[in-house]
Amino acid sequence: MRIPCPHCGLRGHEEFAYLGDATLRRPDPAAPDAERAFAEYAYRRDNPAGRHRELWYHAQGCGTWLVVERDTLTHEIGRVTEAREQGGS
Amino acid sequence: MRYSIFSVLRQALAGNRGWAPAWREPEPKRHYDVVIVGGGGHGLATAYYLARVHGVRNVAVLEKNYVGSGNVGRNTTIIRSNYLLPGNIPFYEWSLKLWEGLEQELNYNAMVSQRGVLNLFHTEAQRDLFVRRGNSMRMHGVDAELLDVAGVRRIAPFLDFDNARFPIRGGLLQARGGTVRHDAVAWGYARAADRLGVDVIQQCEVTGIRVEAGAAVGLETTRGYIGAGRIGLACAGNSSRVAALAGLRLPIESHVLQAFVSEGLKPVIPGVITFGAGHFYVSQSDKGGLVFGGDIDGYNSYAQRGNLPTVEDVCEGGMALMPFLGRVRLLRSWGGIMDMSMDGSPIIDRTPVGRLYLNAGWCYGGFKATPASGWCFAHLLARDEPHAVARAYRLDRFAEGRLVDEKGQGPFPNRH
Amino acid sequence: MSGGASTQPRRLASGGAIDRSQPLEFRFDGRTYTGYAGDTLASALVANGVRLLGRSFKYHRPRGLLCAGPEEPNALVELRDGARREPNTRATVVELFGGLEAASQNRWPSLAFDVLAVNRWLGPVFAAGFYYKTFMWPAAFWERLYEPLIRRAAGLGRIATGPDPDGYEKSYAFCDLLVIGAGPAGLAAALTAGRAGLRVLLIDEDFLPGGRLNAERQLLDGRPAREWAAAAVAELGSLPSVRLMRRTTVVGCYDHGVYGALERVHDHRPAPPPFEPRQRLWRIACRHCVLASGAYERPLLFGDNDLPGVMLAGAVRTYANRFAALAGRRAVVFADNDEGAVTAADLVAAGADVVALVDPRTAPGATGVERIAGVVRRAIGGQGLRGVEILAADGSVRRIACDLLAMSGGWSPALQLTAHHGGRPRWDDRLGTFLPGTLPAGMMVAGAANGDFTTEAALAAGVRAALAAAAALGHAAAPVALPSVSPESVGHRPLWEVAGTRGKCFVDFQHDVAVTDIELAEREGYRAAEHMKRYTTLGMATDQGKTASLNGLAVLAARTGRSIAATGTTTFRPPVVPVAIGALAGTHRGRDFRPLRLTAAHAWAVEQGAIFMETGPWLRAQYFPRPGEPTWLESVTREVNATRQAVGVCDVSTLGKIDLQGPDACEFLERLYVNGWRTLAVGRARYGLMLREDGMVMDDGTVSRLGEHRYLITTTTANAVAVFQHMQWCHQVLWPGLDVQFVSVSDQWAQYSVAGPRARELLRAVVAAEHDLSNEAFPYMAAGTLRLRDDTVARLFRISFSGEHAYEIAVPARAGERVVRMLMAAGAPLGVTPYGLEALGAMRIEKGHVAGNELSGQTTAHDLGFGKMLSTKKDYIGAVLARRAALTDPDRPRLVGLAPVGRGDRFGAGAHLVRRGVEPVAAADEGYVTSAAFSPTLGHWIGLGLLRRGPERHGERVVAFDPLRGRRTELEVRDPVFVDPAGERLRV
Repeated sequence: MRIPCPHCGLRGHEEFAYLGDATLRRPDPAAPDAERAFAEYAYRRDNPAGRHRELWYHAQGCGTWLVVERDTLTHEIGRVTEAREQGGS
Repeated sequence: MRYSIFSVLRQALAGNRGWAPAWREPEPKRHYDVVIVGGGGHGLATAYYLARVHGVRNVAVLEKNYVGSGNVGRNTTIIRSNYLLPGNIPFYEWSLKLWEGLEQELNYNAMVSQRGVLNLFHTEAQRDLFVRRGNSMRMHGVDAELLDVAGVRRIAPFLDFDNARFPIRGGLLQARGGTVRHDAVAWGYARAADRLGVDVIQQCEVTGIRVEAGAAVGLETTRGYIGAGRIGLACAGNSSRVAALAGLRLPIESHVLQAFVSEGLKPVIPGVITFGAGHFYVSQSDKGGLVFGGDIDGYNSYAQRGNLPTVEDVCEGGMALMPFLGRVRLLRSWGGIMDMSMDGSPIIDRTPVGRLYLNAGWCYGGFKATPASGWCFAHLLARDEPHAVARAYRLDRFAEGRLVDEKGQGPFPNRH
Repeated sequence: MSGGASTQPRRLASGGAIDRSQPLEFRFDGRTYTGYAGDTLASALVANGVRLLGRSFKYHRPRGLLCAGPEEPNALVELRDGARREPNTRATVVELFGGLEAASQNRWPSLAFDVLAVNRWLGPVFAAGFYYKTFMWPAAFWERLYEPLIRRAAGLGRIATGPDPDGYEKSYAFCDLLVIGAGPAGLAAALTAGRAGLRVLLIDEDFLPGGRLNAERQLLDGRPAREWAAAAVAELGSLPSVRLMRRTTVVGCYDHGVYGALERVHDHRPAPPPFEPRQRLWRIACRHCVLASGAYERPLLFGDNDLPGVMLAGAVRTYANRFAALAGRRAVVFADNDEGAVTAADLVAAGADVVALVDPRTAPGATGVERIAGVVRRAIGGQGLRGVEILAADGSVRRIACDLLAMSGGWSPALQLTAHHGGRPRWDDRLGTFLPGTLPAGMMVAGAANGDFTTEAALAAGVRAALAAAAALGHAAAPVALPSVSPESVGHRPLWEVAGTRGKCFVDFQHDVAVTDIELAEREGYRAAEHMKRYTTLGMATDQGKTASLNGLAVLAARTGRSIAATGTTTFRPPVVPVAIGALAGTHRGRDFRPLRLTAAHAWAVEQGAIFMETGPWLRAQYFPRPGEPTWLESVTREVNATRQAVGVCDVSTLGKIDLQGPDACEFLERLYVNGWRTLAVGRARYGLMLREDGMVMDDGTVSRLGEHRYLITTTTANAVAVFQHMQWCHQVLWPGLDVQFVSVSDQWAQYSVAGPRARELLRAVVAAEHDLSNEAFPYMAAGTLRLRDDTVARLFRISFSGEHAYEIAVPARAGERVVRMLMAAGAPLGVTPYGLEALGAMRIEKGHVAGNELSGQTTAHDLGFGKMLSTKKDYIGAVLARRAALTDPDRPRLVGLAPVGRGDRFGAGAHLVRRGVEPVAAADEGYVTSAAFSPTLGHWIGLGLLRRGPERHGERVVAFDPLRGRRTELEVRDPVFVDPAGERLRV
């Protein structure tokens, strides 16, 4: 696969580290059901067959965590943005 | 028709015209006591043991493609029970015991071949871990043997002992480990289940799970609605997709695992050998091909194909371990979709939906588990309680923190 | 020199793309033959009249050449010998070189007389899947008897006898347009795109580009097609943006325009020249691709169609036209398409006697050859073809003597690459074959690979594809003027099978899969294409079913009553042709398997006689033996004692080091670590513990506050990369609002531990005089920047892993070796000793410090005795899930110290802990020994372990059960800190 890094251009996916679902948000640790929410966050995944927003880290490049839109059935890649643009947890 | 040397000879004389189909091609009935979703090894084994052990014979196995079209036909055929954790060892050992009698049980030669599984180690830290594992196995009554370099050399003199980046320091041997002819497992279970009255229904894809009052009552399929007393999902690789039909969200990601086979060669590798300093393991099939594999590609995928960097990584491991492989040619590769669970261990459990049961999360270790998985899932479906050797495989263990994490990698599926 | 004619009885006097001025001697099965430059091994054997080349897999039937290309199923040889032996090499793709050695395989004792040929008489027993039905009784006989016999009989060639002596390389290429195949379509595409200025990579597997243009007697613009191809190649060579790669096969189509290709750089020589690779693996990234890979001809299915002398018609033409080698003198042609007549004409032109042209379609026009409307229903012969039995349309049966049968069942596109992304080929009823279906993004298909079976259509398709690619890339391109092509006729009505055959009718030649095997599979319910394939093994041989698959599907379709379209194909997966594992590994083998990392002071350690060990990518000093020390234990004991009694120096440069700066740096640390940082003063260091979000321990290390907003973090060696990545994730994904910056400085700083009661004295001697190192000025856990006496800038941390009064001194990596030598020189009067990882490990166990064996990813802070560190006043990664009952359960195995009751007893890591007097079975398992070492300080073995409710059990005796090493040792459970539990030594 080739991932278009916004800083480095099209690069082979072997330069990147993968961390799965980018839509997860770290729950509020002070919420009354925090333990349940964190367990969901840590362990459960939608794991869709199709469009997937996912985190890739350009480990052997610029060191940026990216949010890559990729189709898990075709591997087709759509928008790629910097994870920091999501505004955090 | 019973298979034996006599039936083979008799049929040979008759031009092989008298052989009957290995299984029927029945039309689905409107209702079954139990419906298994997934006609792979685990689903077929479940159906077989439901009928054979629990006397539940009004059973259907629904397969969206053809029998054995998933991972039971796309793996490196290894069987072993050399696990570390007490949650795993009894289960895989039970599986190995079932493998040991499988052919006579099924009357189908799946070529269960216990030529040994040798895990190499290359550092002292790795040795410590293997000793811990081997001792754990022995305490569970499982065979395990620690080999020093000389011991490894006796078994596999052809490894690179002299010029390695990560010299071999020894190995953990499970002599009872080995390989099985993978397709034959699916076919053998399908035939045996069919003979006990199980309906094996191919080309029947599940498109919906009908839930009434919190309990599953039947399945929408491409061949119409099929009612069910209980429903068991055994569709690893696609567990998340199918479970989502009942509104469930699983602790699973789907990843692609590639595996490879070389051109046929005269015998060279006796058993299964795993490299401890890279991603490579290998055995040689009875037909002569070297069957080998390595790591998963590492990203979510439902496409049954991998990419080149992983192929190269695996072959690098192969050459590092066995530098005489240079001129052997890789003949075929394949990619299967794995249910990578969040702790690297499987799930055999009830679900929050009534009468809906889950068998999932096999990561890339599902093949060796086939008999015990079927046995335990059948037990769960028949008695509504987990089997003793599968007690650790609960769905709620993730939230509770009772994980079965052999590698200690945490909830990062691509690191298991 | 021996003349060609006498030694090459089947060589034509003229013609062909061979160089008769360059005769080449070679050996096959021990006999010497002569061929010419430009030959393949196969064509040279044809020229020498050698017909018997191999034995089939199962029945050991005699086999000769079927094809002239990579699809060859029969003619597999062991090429070269010894460590260079290449089993299963297709003679059709071996470029002839002088001195070539080849041997037939899978036969014993000889090719002509093969004992296992008796298997053919057991054919009915050895039907598809017979092994699934027998060999089951008695069960124990499988491994002992049946399987060894089967394994010995199976397999094909023999593997090389030693490590591959040749090298391999990997390369990367990037282009606008990748053209796969330099036949008519590929050449036309490359010319069109190249003239338009696209960066073009044209790849061809052959050593002579041109594809079938080299094999046919066609005229292009009135000239032989081969000349047109040569001119096109010459022009491409003159275009600056075009690169032509010969002897290269594209083997896989991967995601996003990535293709894998194998270049056989020096396979056409006896061995590669020095420093040159044998083969090179290419990873090609292209924006568009034109697949012009041609097609494979299909055999016809009739009795004993595998006899040596029965060949594909296209191959017969290739041998005659390109290689000037006549595959037979008296030929029958059997085809269900118009190329039968072409073949007959070519054979006549080459001087053969063509005795009949058999075609099931009504006999078309005359060619001077007797034409028979009908079929060949059987080939006749023993080890080679002697004649054929023809069933004419009028029902008459004739036998005709011949030594060559050229057959053609039409062509199947070589479409594997189109299907590597899962796109299923689509059936085309008009052409009677599968064509490419949904294509991978960026791919177009041209020529025979797309069903354009005439040269004229292929040329035009190549141009069209290149124009489309150019347009998509925004290049203006003009169609190239195409040559006029001599008349072509490709009429075809697929016959698929000859009815009423006698003898074995083979579909997959190499695996001996016959029509009857497919029928049996169907009868037994293996009716899916994939079931049939797996049950019969059709298409699973080294030729990957290139000639067999479609015929097999057609037979299956006929027996099941389905159409071929509904039967579908099996899955196509890389590689398109088998690829040497060495090429896929490239240079990553032997000691170069993975990069090796050495610390700045490695040369110094080598001088000190260090024994090194692998720790991840690093090579680190394990211990420093001295003369008179018989084992490592003496050396390590000396190193520990010297350190504890005087001072030792250890290279700890491999620790991860991260420089963290910014106004929110402290807040960032608060969230990363379980413990608090707000009270850490500038110039002070503190131990920190990090969890994963699931509550398990991730890593530990120290954090030193170097300035108001500046911290230096250390990580364990093993987790240096992972922790940095984790911090990047935390910052960029979780908390981008935090104003911090950080960078890994692991490689920028060399770091040495200076430990022992005389450590301060030693440092005093190397640190510039202006710095006060007194306990008051630089106490335990102090950290600061200072200058050495030689003006080297250094950072000094008063931290201790050994439990001694100790420092870690960090200097710029380039100064590392100099500084360690300075430390050693300054320490000489104090008795300084270098110590390695073993001594480091022994001392940290003596001190009860956890390390990698305890930080297994399976342990919690509570398990390791760090429960009290978990802050309750803040949120941090892992805080919530670490609180789960299962993670804080006191019943969990927790850290303890372990000492043998019999002080002379030894025990090791990995032993399990059970109560005394209890049967050591799984149910009694209470934990295990995580680390163990001989303690020079205490004079006996000690260890750390995780024991159920361990902290409550100090003083209890347990058994370390280690059946793997044959040990059972009684241990006393105790506090994990063996040495200086009050920590007094640290603070002096």
